[in-house]
Order: sequence, then C-alpha cells, then structure tokens
Amino acid sequence: MSQTAQSLYEKVWNAHTVRTLSNGQTQLLIGTHLIHEVTSPQAFGMLRDLNLKVKYPERTFATVDHIVPTDNQQMPFADPLAEAMIKELDNNAKEFGITYFDLPSGKQGVVHVVGPEEGITQPGTTIACGDSHTATHGAFGAIAFGIGTTQVRDVLATQTMAMEKMKVRRINVDGDLPVGVYAKDVILHIIKLLGAKGGIGYAYEYGGSVIDAFSMEERMTVCNMSIEGGARCGYVNPDEKTFAYLKGRPYSPQDNDWDTAVERWQSFASDADCQYDDVINIKAEDIAPSVTWGISPDQGVFINECVPDPTDAESDAQKVSIEDALEYMKLEAGTPVKGIPVNVAFIGSCTNGRLSDFQEAAKFLKGHHVAEGVKAIAVPGSQIVAKQCEDEGLHLIFEEAGFQWRKAGCSMCLAMNPDKLQGDQLCASSSNRNFKGRQGSITGRTILMSPVMVAAAAVAGEIADAREVFSMNAN
Amino acid sequence: MALEKITQVSGQGVYVPGSDIDTDRIIPARFMKCVTFDGLGEYLFYDVRYNEDGSKKGHPLDEPRFSAASILLSGENFGCGSSREHAPQALNRFGIKAVIAQSFAEIFFGNCTTLGMPCAIASSDDIKTLAAAIDADPGLEITIDVENSQINYGDGQSIAASIPNTASDALISGRWDPIAELIEGADKTAATMTTAGY
Repeated sequence: MSQTAQSLYEKVWNAHTVRTLSNGQTQLLIGTHLIHEVTSPQAFGMLRDLNLKVKYPERTFATVDHIVPTDNQQMPFADPLAEAMIKELDNNAKEFGITYFDLPSGKQGVVHVVGPEEGITQPGTTIACGDSHTATHGAFGAIAFGIGTTQVRDVLATQTMAMEKMKVRRINVDGDLPVGVYAKDVILHIIKLLGAKGGIGYAYEYGGSVIDAFSMEERMTVCNMSIEGGARCGYVNPDEKTFAYLKGRPYSPQDNDWDTAVERWQSFASDADCQYDDVINIKAEDIAPSVTWGISPDQGVFINECVPDPTDAESDAQKVSIEDALEYMKLEAGTPVKGIPVNVAFIGSCTNGRLSDFQEAAKFLKGHHVAEGVKAIAVPGSQIVAKQCEDEGLHLIFEEAGFQWRKAGCSMCLAMNPDKLQGDQLCASSSNRNFKGRQGSITGRTILMSPVMVAAAAVAGEIADAREVFSMNAN
Repeated sequence: MALEKITQVSGQGVYVPGSDIDTDRIIPARFMKCVTFDGLGEYLFYDVRYNEDGSKKGHPLDEPRFSAASILLSGENFGCGSSREHAPQALNRFGIKAVIAQSFAEIFFGNCTTLGMPCAIASSDDIKTLAAAIDADPGLEITIDVENSQINYGDGQSIAASIPNTASDALISGRWDPIAELIEGADKTAATMTTAGY
C-alpha cells in the first residue's frame, strides 16, 4: 500500500486549502458558490454593512427556487414577500455582477438541478451553497456542502470559508437491486441503517457496483440526502458517466480544454488502496421499496413492514421519539404502512425532480388514474427538465393520469410557496424531509418515497407497493 | 473589528427535550420569507408553541418561570436538517445565548459559533441532572465555562462539557466571526485558486 494513497475528499481538501487559521480551522477555497433567494439577501446586507465587494463574482451563480409559485408565475407574484425576495436577488445579482438564471432565462430551477445541468458542477471542486442539499453536487466527485448565511457572506467576500476537515465513511452498495427498487430506496435504507445523526463529522463516499451502475441523476438522488443521514457532504468518484454527462454543457470545458480537464478530474478519484475512517457494506438484494413512517428521515421501513411499536424500543429516548412520531403522524403502533390513506401526491424536488424521475413515473402511470380525492402534482426541478419532459410528451401522461403538471420550483418540498398541505393531509412525497410541518401545514404529514412509489400511492389512494400496483414483478 | 472574547456564558436555563429537533421546527420555513433576520425571535419554535388559532400549547419557552432563560438544553442531533441560519438567528433574537445538547448537527453548530453562541456538548445523564435542577429552581444560575470545558451551576456543582477546540478557541480569542482573518488570506487565496485550476 502506498503511503500517499488518498480519498477524493482528502485530495480535494488539500487542493483547496489556503492556510490554517489561528483557531486551527482551515481557510478553504470554495471553487463554486451557488446562491438562491432565501439564504442570500442577508449575506449581501452584511457585505454592504462591512463595505465589502464580491471578490470573484464569476465564481458565484444564482437562481430562484424556494419561493416561486409553480402554477402562476406572472410577475408581480401574488405574495408580496415572495415578490420582495425575488426582487432582492435580482438587484443583488445586478449590483454585484453575478450570473443569475432567472425566470425569463429558460434555465431557472432548483439550484441543485441547475448547477449540474449547466456544467457548473465539476469533479474535484469545492461547492458551497446556503442550502443543506448542496451535497447533491457530490454525485460528480465534488466536495459540496451547505453553509449558513454568514458563511455565504464569507464566500462572497473572500471565495473562502473557515472549516474543519471531516472523516470519510465509505458506503459500498453491491449486488443487484430488486425490481422496483430505486436510488431513493437505497438512500432511505442507508439513512435508516446509520441514523439521522450517524453521519455527523463524516463525508460519505458512495461506491460499489450499484452506485457504479447508477446514472448521474440516480447518483444525485443518493448524494442529495446525505444530510438527512447527518453527513454534510456525500460524493461518488468521477468516472466515464460523469464525464459523458458533462460533455458539451454550457459551463463545461470546451474543445481543446476538455481532455485536459478529464485527465485532471480523473486524478481526484479515491486511490484504490486509500484508507477510510469507516466502511459500511450493504447488499443490494436486502433493499426493498422504502417509505418513512415518522417525522425524521431515519424513521423508515420497507413497504411490507409495519410502523414500529414504542414498547419494542431499545431505549427510553427511542421510545419517546417513536411515540412522538406516531402521535404526530396519527398512526397506530404496529399498523402496516401499506394502506395508509393518502391525500396528496408530490413528485419533484432536488432529490427526485429530474428527467429520469418523470420518465420512470410516467412509464408506469400510463393507463392509470389518480384515485378520487387525491391531489397529485408533478413539479419539474428546472425549466430545462420541464422542457425535456414536455418534448417527450411526459406532461400529457401525467395530466391524463390526473396529475397537475407544474412549472419548475421547490414546490411542496418545503412550502415557502403556494404549494402546501392543508390541515392534517398526508402526502406521499418524493422530497427529502418528513419533519413536523415541513410541507406547510403545522399538522401536515409527509411520507417519503421514490417517484414511482408516489405514483403508486396516487393511483391507489393509499401507501402502496408499486410492484403490485403496476404489476412490476411480471416484467 | 474587535469582537468580544467569549470565555463564558451565564444565565438561567430552559430544557426543551427531544432528539433530532430540526431547524424547520426551530423556525418554520414560512417565516423565512424575509430579507433581513430582524424580528425572527418571535417565531422561534412557533408551530410547537402555538396552536393554529394562536393559543399557546404550553411549550417550556412559554412557561413564565423560564421567561428569563438564556441557555437552552436539549437532546441529540439538535439543529439537524436545513442549513438555514435563520434558526440560530431566531434563537439569538429570542434571547438564547448558548445551547447545551448531547450532540449538534454540524451546519447548525458552525452557524451558532459564527454568531458567538457557544454550543456545548454534554452527556444525556448530565443534561437530565441539570434539567432536573432547573426544574426545581428555574432561577438557577448556569455558567458555560468555555475555557475550562465545564458547566457550573448552583452551589459549586458542575458537569463536563465539550466544545470542539476550534470553536472554543475562536470564542475565547474573540475570532468567532472569521471574516477579518479570511480577508487577510486574500493573496494566498488567489494563489490557491490558480493551483486548484480555477
């Protein structure tokens, strides 16, 4: 074993280390900075207060996602607060000379969909954004993580931030995924196994034959939810799929620069004999379609299982957590998850709002219809995803099946826009968080699952096994 | 930009039990429709403090005996979920100056430190002991001693606390807001930018 064998995390960290700060933290160069309307206005305010400029405006990219309505996007927005926020971003981008993918650009969307789509997200880079799902970009072999608003200020003013090196946990998923099991099921299973706080202090490196076989979009789904497992960043080593995805995108290296870039990107991949701080091995065959039942993303089960019974808890704290979750979710201990009535179905978000998510759901939805009384919405992750879907006619399949086909935005993932649950509605959701009140009603309930499972729940009117609803096992 | 050297934080405590208390719960998303952090304090823990009709649910923060509290105690993985700095800003503007928990989500921890709010890690048993002491005497003075990694209260009682060295050093030396030091590194940043291939 060579002494210099390093993980991608270490290589990227070292390449971006500016110096050691007086408190022992590292001043880390942030190669690419992404901003959106919710967590950036205060940062620009701080810049103004300190009389600072944006140091490298060409290294920051903006879009608007959280607050945009997904039905009527006519400006001014009906919500004056949303209108004020989008105006603020518009002004800040203009004043500081930042590239802004706004609504008229045709390139607006959820920031974590837009970055890869534009080729801004590249291997071997550091990427920061005032948004915890920044880990999504790790799918390209970038070290990407969420930051707070004061750190957004730091990155704007200096293109660096103060940070500590993390440990690296390698998570291998090997074997063949059963029919009807998707990337979302893989990451929900990982979070369930390791816990919502299991990743604190770690970067997650995902690998193994299943991850290797995944498309870039599937890898993004996995990396996206690293934070739900407590890991601030998660990544996949760059490979031919990564390079093929990036080739020809607007911000990807062009012409003569391409080969040099690929060679450089390859050099960041973890060395075969590098040492990890921890290694977890998961067998693909052990994973089934997964759903959450509680109010933390690690409160999950396979579709054929039941919600837990607090009397089976391993500790008092766990018992209290289960009781709290069951009470909020209005579920009886021991109830099978299959059959829980659903009021709303949501396909979209930075987790599952990309072309392949809609293609896969549409493939099974065709010929089916949303159950009576269920409100179902499909929300593309970006204007480009919307166009790709519409060019393929997918929107018609969704509409014929009784889904509303919306415009790009974060939508019902976090309810900072008009898409919200009402009362204690229960939502089958392809998003990433099932926290209390997450989808906009203080008693609203969220069950997380893959887009195909959302489609199945919409059709059945209850939490259902997509393999049964869509007769998948016959394939 | 001389910052206060935060060697200790003293005040009364309030215990908000539970694990995995996420930043959506600390500050629900609808209150983030704003372009400043002003006024976020009143929305702290809003949906677990108030019913839909605006009446109070009886959250510890609303108990009159804890009204002077400035140190919040909680369980594991406090501040998980969204990276929103609105969460520590809401705590801060509500009057919370420090948090004691079994563990913290990383982004939240960093956000707090940068605002000069110490986050001290203590064991489950110690937090329960301290919570019981607060329950018995809400006026109990608690001191988080950042320099010596301990929490003192009452008549010379104390529990062990840990604050990662980088955070405690930043607090003690008055460099918890790193902007001045980051700006000083501008030349080295430019050099790193070149070697890193940007």
